[in-house]
Amino acid sequence: MLERLRLHMHCGELTALIGPNGAGKTTLLRAMVGELPHTGTLRFIHHGNVETTTPLRIGYVPQKLELDRTSPTTVMDLFSGALSRWPLWAGTRREVIREAQAKLELVGAESLLNRRISEISVGQLQRVLLALALAPVPELLLLDEPVAALDQGGMERFYQTVSQMRTEYDLSILLVSHDLTAAAQFADRMILLNRTVLCDGAPREVLLNPLIRQTFGFGFTGEEIDGRRPLFKQLEHEQCALPVGKAL
Amino acid sequence: MNAWHALFMNLPFEWAQYDFMHNALLAVLLVSPLLALLGCLVINNQMAFFSEAMGHSALTGLALGALLGIADPTATIVGFAVVLAVAMVLMRRYSAVPPDTSIALVMAFVVALGVVLLSRGGGFARYSRYLIGDILTITPGELGTLAVVSGGVAVMWVFLFNAFFFVSLNRSLAASRGFPAGVLEAVFSVLVAVVVSVSIPWVGLLVINSMLILPAATSRNLARNTRWYVLGAVGVSLLSGVLGLICSYYWNTATGATIVLWACGFFAVSLAVRKR
Repeated sequence: MLERLRLHMHCGELTALIGPNGAGKTTLLRAMVGELPHTGTLRFIHHGNVETTTPLRIGYVPQKLELDRTSPTTVMDLFSGALSRWPLWAGTRREVIREAQAKLELVGAESLLNRRISEISVGQLQRVLLALALAPVPELLLLDEPVAALDQGGMERFYQTVSQMRTEYDLSILLVSHDLTAAAQFADRMILLNRTVLCDGAPREVLLNPLIRQTFGFGFTGEEIDGRRPLFKQLEHEQCALPVGKAL
Repeated sequence: MNAWHALFMNLPFEWAQYDFMHNALLAVLLVSPLLALLGCLVINNQMAFFSEAMGHSALTGLALGALLGIADPTATIVGFAVVLAVAMVLMRRYSAVPPDTSIALVMAFVVALGVVLLSRGGGFARYSRYLIGDILTITPGELGTLAVVSGGVAVMWVFLFNAFFFVSLNRSLAASRGFPAGVLEAVFSVLVAVVVSVSIPWVGLLVINSMLILPAATSRNLARNTRWYVLGAVGVSLLSGVLGLICSYYWNTATGATIVLWACGFFAVSLAVRKR
């Protein structure tokens, strides 16, 4: 499915993962959270160059939940289930409620605590799931096309919140996105994936790479990117323009 | 058991005079909340059809018991249901056949196989007790077995509830929280298989799935959160269990089916309340 991947992610860095349908973006995330078996290794380098292979805390924001409209599951149920070993219907300790409130406040969703998930909007659900992924604060945050169902305004608000979390908690964030320009606006780094890493570098450079046109059938010009989104950051190390299929 | 029988001594009801009713009531109090608890997650996981197939697999389990010459076929019923549950989990994971189609296929197969084996020589009528269940004949020894199994399942269910809950919401989210989705799905399927098959001799395989699904479905119509969903399902289940048992005594009807009719009644009421 996916082979010969080598990715480095740093604290406080938001990496956008882009690629065509079937490129393996979601598969990579599912392997990273431990849902799918894989032969790769994840290595975590902590402060002072201490290296471990034990899983660090990973926060994961899914695209959606498998819930039908009659589901009684509330926002609070998600937090009690995640933060307590005690079955979530048996009552919730006060610390857990406080933690849930605090995390919901971070994403501006504190009013949703006791609402049923089936009755809140898609955008509100994405905020709730982000808050859930931050409880407790992870070292690595994975977002799987979190804005696919949001409108333009909702999407920008969501990305702004994610950006804020990155600086506030020094998080390493990996974001799967279909919207290339929006992802580029908020990402520090962009990775073009199609079964393997095709291109890895600053968002502007990746979007200008001819591989983008080869992969998606459309490309960007520098003026287009700069005109629409004047917020690109430059990375010091340029790692782009690797030939297709070459092992990294 | 004596203390339990003594409880009914001064009750002015006709049904309360008989030891077999006391035993049956105890069985209802054990089985119905357990089925309701599992039912809550069966609905969350959209596994209602799966549990129906588990119930019907009892025919083949029963036939295997008869073939092997075992007097009490509960062991073969449970054993076969567990094997089938694991097989179905694997089928769902590795087969391209849509889950509902594969369940229908498996169900048809185990029913047909069971009926063929049991009807050899025209003796099927002997086994009709398993179709409609017979809770009034339960003995204290059988109650003991039921209590041990129920206790074990209840403990597992309580400690794994949050894990099952997250697996039903999103497998990757569950994995990121340290809940291994694949293993948990198999464990849950086996739990359903065990509980359904130990209850079948008493409830009857034709209506067992309703006792699993209806209380949770009723509670789901009204509950504001997961807590009231679970507690409500247990309440509805206990209420229909007790009412069904007592009514079946006076009406002289099969207990399992009478319980299910009460549960259907509660479901209808919950639907009406929800609509308002």
